[in-house]
Amino acid sequence: MALIIRKYCAIRDARISVDGKAVFSYEGQDGFKKFIRAAYKHYQTDYPKFFKMDNLSKLGFFSVEVLLKGEDILKLHPAEKTGIILTNASSSLEIDEKHFESIKDRGHYFPSPSNFVYTLPNIMAGEAAIRHKIKGENTVLISEHFDPELVFCLVELAFKSKLLSSCICGWVEQYENNYESLLFLVEKDKNNSAEDIIFEPSNLTNIYKLEQKDGRINTKA
Amino acid sequence: MMADVYAGAENIISSLGFNIAENIANIFAGNTGIVRDESGKYSPIPLPLSVVDHNRLDELFAENLSRENPPVRYTMLEKMFIISIKDALRQNYIEINSSDTLIIISSTKGNIDLLQPEQQKKFGRKRIYLHELGRMIAGYFNNPNTPLIVSNACISGVLGIVYGERLIKSGKYKHVIVCGGDLMSEFIVSGFQSFQSLSMNPCKPFDKTRDGLNLGEGCGTLILSSDPGAFAEKNPVKVLGGAGSNDANHISGPSRTGEGLYIAIDHAFRTSDIHAAQLDTISVHGTATDYNDEMESRALSRAGLEKVPVNSYKGYFGHTLGAAGVIETAISLQSMKKNMLFRSAGYSKHGVSKNINVISKTEEKEINTCLKTASGFGGSNAALVFQKE
Repeated sequence: MALIIRKYCAIRDARISVDGKAVFSYEGQDGFKKFIRAAYKHYQTDYPKFFKMDNLSKLGFFSVEVLLKGEDILKLHPAEKTGIILTNASSSLEIDEKHFESIKDRGHYFPSPSNFVYTLPNIMAGEAAIRHKIKGENTVLISEHFDPELVFCLVELAFKSKLLSSCICGWVEQYENNYESLLFLVEKDKNNSAEDIIFEPSNLTNIYKLEQKDGRINTKA
Repeated sequence: MMADVYAGAENIISSLGFNIAENIANIFAGNTGIVRDESGKYSPIPLPLSVVDHNRLDELFAENLSRENPPVRYTMLEKMFIISIKDALRQNYIEINSSDTLIIISSTKGNIDLLQPEQQKKFGRKRIYLHELGRMIAGYFNNPNTPLIVSNACISGVLGIVYGERLIKSGKYKHVIVCGGDLMSEFIVSGFQSFQSLSMNPCKPFDKTRDGLNLGEGCGTLILSSDPGAFAEKNPVKVLGGAGSNDANHISGPSRTGEGLYIAIDHAFRTSDIHAAQLDTISVHGTATDYNDEMESRALSRAGLEKVPVNSYKGYFGHTLGAAGVIETAISLQSMKKNMLFRSAGYSKHGVSKNINVISKTEEKEINTCLKTASGFGGSNAALVFQKE
């Protein structure tokens, strides 16, 4: 059973690209928050809950938004057979620090449930699942760098277990103004078209490298 | 070729003991590890918590396990992982330093205590990253593979076993050590307090008067292997299969209908080639919050599992987060091997809408097939099936 990458998208350095082509870039060099807000507007997204999310969830959520733009994924695949498998290095460290600040001083002890709920990296996958009504396997794993072998291996195993018909997978990393995402929409190959990109570690590595070379993802991470 | 997967060599480090025998003896005796904590260490107000004896942990580590040459400092959580894995290895013949063996770490918050400046000074900021925690554990045991780190809220432990099973079944590894652990911290306690989901008394899963959960800390280890002869104990239990799902409903509350958990159970049955009538017992998540327990009762009912004896072990250990799935699976394996159903602590009056069969007393029963489930923040669910040969 061959798996193909039907679509991929990358977000990094105030730019968004889909299938290797730049689709949005933000000129301001003033950090993640303004960039993601501008991207949200550019895509004419209408989802007020977005503004309640922590920065990691904003990046994860929006990356899936870009990947699924123009796709009616649940028309092609059952909700319970559509998965989200993401990897990341910093977990939810930025919001963890915010929550920690709120309880550091017992004289000013104000833990907030709306911060605390985001102190788990898998919440970004949950936010994307809610938005797109995706009910299949849903996992977040931690790796120091984007690890094509790891992503390939776990996604392939889930397909082999006959649990998936499609899967959104890849890398969503964010801590303060260092952010980077690379997501793939993976499906079983039905057409055997020569244009299909086979889902395999070497292709994941090549795409990641190309994104770096074209400046869509820079290498300072 | 698809390999069979066996599970065993279980260890639990919890408020009820440092090995499986101590923990089981306490559960047999009906003892809970949840006690009122007045230390002020974790909360401005006294709260019932399930905590591990850190002095004993330190002593055990210093006596037998510390690394002097060159000297390495380990955090409390790392010590807990190392002691737990060491104990599991004593019951198994696998080589942990072989490339055939993978370590899977399940944790929600890892070394989160290193957010405190004095702790960070001692261990360095880097160690707050979960992949660094993984590196420390693999390094201690000279395991050459990069550990797989699952951080998926309260289902991390069950998912760790699900992935371990798949990695062995597909032939990628011969052995997988699944280790789930989380520490008690003010970080966690304050967060659950802000959600108003903590009970001021020992929790009562599925009971009419349940009013919230208790937090716990601990660590659990299981060894999975394609070789049934790798275990010191004869006739290890088989892991048949498992799956995860998402409610796609709410990030901090379980679905009202139980549909997400139902999907995970249904998918776990399919990968295991099992149907509801074959099950002898179920270990559920059972946190004792109003919504969680109600949701689980609906999912079990929908899956045709109303008659199967059900246990929540939260009444013994509290909610140990990333450790919960592994600790509760370890108890379930014991329940299967000993053919014993353990009482679901805290339950007396039925308090969920579906007529599920919550275990009200510890008794003998032949158990061949067992389902383990978990649900957590982010709307995630997972389920696993075990069977005796």
